[in-house]
Amino acid sequence: MSPAMTPARSRYDAVMIGGGHNGLVAAAMLGKAGKSVLLLEGSDAIGGMAASREFHPGFRTAIPHLLYQLHPAVSRALRLHRHGLRLAAADLPTIAFRQEGGTLALGDSRGAGDAGADLLAFRQRLARFARALAPALARTPPRLRTRDLESLATLGRLALGVRWLGREEMRELLRVIGMNVADLVEENFADPTIKAAIALDAVIGNAMGPRSPNTVYTLLYRLAGKTGHRAGAIALPKGSMAAVAEAMAAAARAAGVEILTGTSAARILVKDGRSAGVVLPDGGEIASDLVLSSADPRRTFLEILGPAALDTNFVRRARSWRDRGTTGKLHLALNGLPAALAGAPARYLLPGTLATLERAFDSLKYGDLPERPPIEIAIPSLADPSAAPAGKHLLSAIVQYVPYRLAEGDWSNRRTGFVETLLGTLEAHIPGLRAQILAQEFLTPADIERMTGASGGHWHHGEIALDQVWMLRPQPGMARYATPVPGLYLCGAGAHPGGGITGLAGYNAARQAIADGRTKERSRP
Amino acid sequence: MKNDVNLLPTPFTELLRPHNLAHSWERWEGKLSVGVYDNDVREYFAIRNAVSLYDTSPITQYRITGRDTARFLDRLMARDMTKCRVGQAVYACWCDDAGKVVEDGTVFRLGDGDYLINVQEHNLAWFEDTAYGFEVSIEDVTEDYCSLALQGPLSRRLLEEIGLSGIADLKFFRLAQTELEGIPLLVARTGFTGDLGYELYLAPRDAERLWNLLWAAPIAVRLVPIGSHALNYARIEAGFLQVNTDFIGAEHCLRPSQRRSPFELGFDWLVDLKKPGYFVGRRALEREKAAGGPRRRLVGLDIEGNKPAVDSFLYAGNKEVGRVTSAFWSPICKRNIALATVEAGHDALGTELRADIWTTKELKIERSMRSARVVPRPFYDPPHKKS
Repeated sequence: MSPAMTPARSRYDAVMIGGGHNGLVAAAMLGKAGKSVLLLEGSDAIGGMAASREFHPGFRTAIPHLLYQLHPAVSRALRLHRHGLRLAAADLPTIAFRQEGGTLALGDSRGAGDAGADLLAFRQRLARFARALAPALARTPPRLRTRDLESLATLGRLALGVRWLGREEMRELLRVIGMNVADLVEENFADPTIKAAIALDAVIGNAMGPRSPNTVYTLLYRLAGKTGHRAGAIALPKGSMAAVAEAMAAAARAAGVEILTGTSAARILVKDGRSAGVVLPDGGEIASDLVLSSADPRRTFLEILGPAALDTNFVRRARSWRDRGTTGKLHLALNGLPAALAGAPARYLLPGTLATLERAFDSLKYGDLPERPPIEIAIPSLADPSAAPAGKHLLSAIVQYVPYRLAEGDWSNRRTGFVETLLGTLEAHIPGLRAQILAQEFLTPADIERMTGASGGHWHHGEIALDQVWMLRPQPGMARYATPVPGLYLCGAGAHPGGGITGLAGYNAARQAIADGRTKERSRP
Repeated sequence: MKNDVNLLPTPFTELLRPHNLAHSWERWEGKLSVGVYDNDVREYFAIRNAVSLYDTSPITQYRITGRDTARFLDRLMARDMTKCRVGQAVYACWCDDAGKVVEDGTVFRLGDGDYLINVQEHNLAWFEDTAYGFEVSIEDVTEDYCSLALQGPLSRRLLEEIGLSGIADLKFFRLAQTELEGIPLLVARTGFTGDLGYELYLAPRDAERLWNLLWAAPIAVRLVPIGSHALNYARIEAGFLQVNTDFIGAEHCLRPSQRRSPFELGFDWLVDLKKPGYFVGRRALEREKAAGGPRRRLVGLDIEGNKPAVDSFLYAGNKEVGRVTSAFWSPICKRNIALATVEAGHDALGTELRADIWTTKELKIERSMRSARVVPRPFYDPPHKKS
């Protein structure tokens, strides 16, 4: 072990478990509040899922590839711009490959491309709904039994936001919020590619089909995010996703946070019923009254903390938390870009149709591989020269409906066949792609779990579903980031508001921990 | 028999049947149990003055084995289970997350990493989910054992007469694993009567042989099979709580307000907040203590007159402050006794309340307000129980 892999001190004001983006944000916030903070990251790179990896010499990528929801409050608080975060493209257009061949430009956050005014109007309406829900999505969930002013203000903002939509629109929001996205797009569109493209955005990352309930909510959740003050915009960071994590790490270091990679927290220390620090894998103890975990709830509670410190029903709920990943990742190192992808940077979708999407979801449900996998493609190398050697390109594809565990066979004997399906599907829409491939890599949810430690390899640390969001995330009574063990906070995507690169879970959790600390000091005799 | 169609017999059912003159069969966790054989008062007096026999075979039993057994039990139970030694029985209660009692029962430590939990209701799901992350095996062994409770001042003599010669040395809440004429027996000096008494656990195939040995003993002229009614009288005198009568288990309660903490049930002595480590409900119980203690208390009452205050409301002045959950006129104490739950502030010994007692006489309902004084439990605690 190099000396840099040992903590400088044996006691800190706060220890952060996990250097994913939420962990970095929370650590930076605590550092800015004057606390001494040690951040422990088990892998060799910070960033968690957003960590940069070289999958083939010269080709670097992270698991997420596009930025939807990095919250402006987080960017502001951490001065991410000052710490080097730049967007290579602030408002990427989306282009869908039609099932029957050809493409359809779906526009960006301000226009609807070739899809027409209907799509723009639809998006604007959803954007209004998303704005109305934004207070609920962004802020720390309120306490229900309370006279706490902040909680009442959050509830009030939500009520006002919904009411300000006007009677008709409020009615419409209440009508659609629990609906499935297939019914909603069937009401609004005739074009099968538009329908499927919207549906894919609603289900991506979750174990839901277009006809699963509450897929309108997941769509709104995604739209409520803002990147660079533009609601619904999809951005490509300069230096790819890892640059976001690096800017956050720079902000954290500037705030005095000590970041230790290659060292995980083996256990959370509990003394006299309070979290008292962490135990390192070598048995060394780091003392700290405040411990925050940006690991997922299952890992935090059932593995690092362990059930012995928790009550039976809490453990029951932690065990039934739905966090089995459904999303795989395909990386292709390309010698050059085929014509179909060679235009200005864009997000490409292979959404199929509502029917093929739902079928693909059925396959997932029964532990089988989809015949027509829905795919989202980004070419980070178009905007970020560091992603691939000069003149070469990196194709990064999110493959939806990839089972964590297969009902028949396992990944060792079915991987090659499925990659063949993926490449065949891509080649059909992007002629000449296969001829350009220098190297390829396919990550299943189980691979992502192994690489990042996220249980089930779930991108959001748990399904974004109505029973697992807001005051119910990750458990009833635990929405305000404090766990049942005093001094231990959950600050990752498994806490409100959930997954995606938002930074909000970390931001809110750190603020909550600081506020709780003040309350405790005030109440001390 | 019509009412026992769906109930399973115990290994003793056919042996009990000739004694069951009243044909009063009851349900106990899906098994046949006797309510009254002939005369509940005669059966009650056998507990207090002779020796009684009660078929406890339906009692639910879990065997806990494995490396983490002691740690698991200490996590499950509110009291310090690490103090339970091999050969010892311990009465304990277990709580849910909110610090409300799920149930109570007796734990026998049979060996190292080998325990038997005896409990009224099924608890397998609760135990297994509480054991998540612990290396223990929890097995429902209810069918592996049948059991008889032999309770009353002559119970020791009965056991001596059938050949359990060393029984006099078995102390209160201690176990003996022994053999009697080739029958492996687990003898526990425990019971639900508050009297001198033993519980005998054995394999179902040996049930009839033990039965014959018991009835062949000279003192068997004073042996009386008893039903649940007589047992209920005795347990009220002993101040023991009955789940679903005096409280509802937290996992079965539909109304959260009806769940009870151990402090509310007077199980303070079953809670050890000083023991190291976490046990389920600890944080909630510490909060309850810090917030000023329980909001209600289970108390013993001595009620004026001789009419049992069954289900009576209790009043302090004109304010309703509680309710009786078990009541009985105790022949041995010559007192009209009851167990009741009252609001905090009305639970101090000596507090005078009034009980609203309704009785039926020849279709006429009479109502009387009787004074009810909070008194210590147990109501009956004879020295021979522990001697």
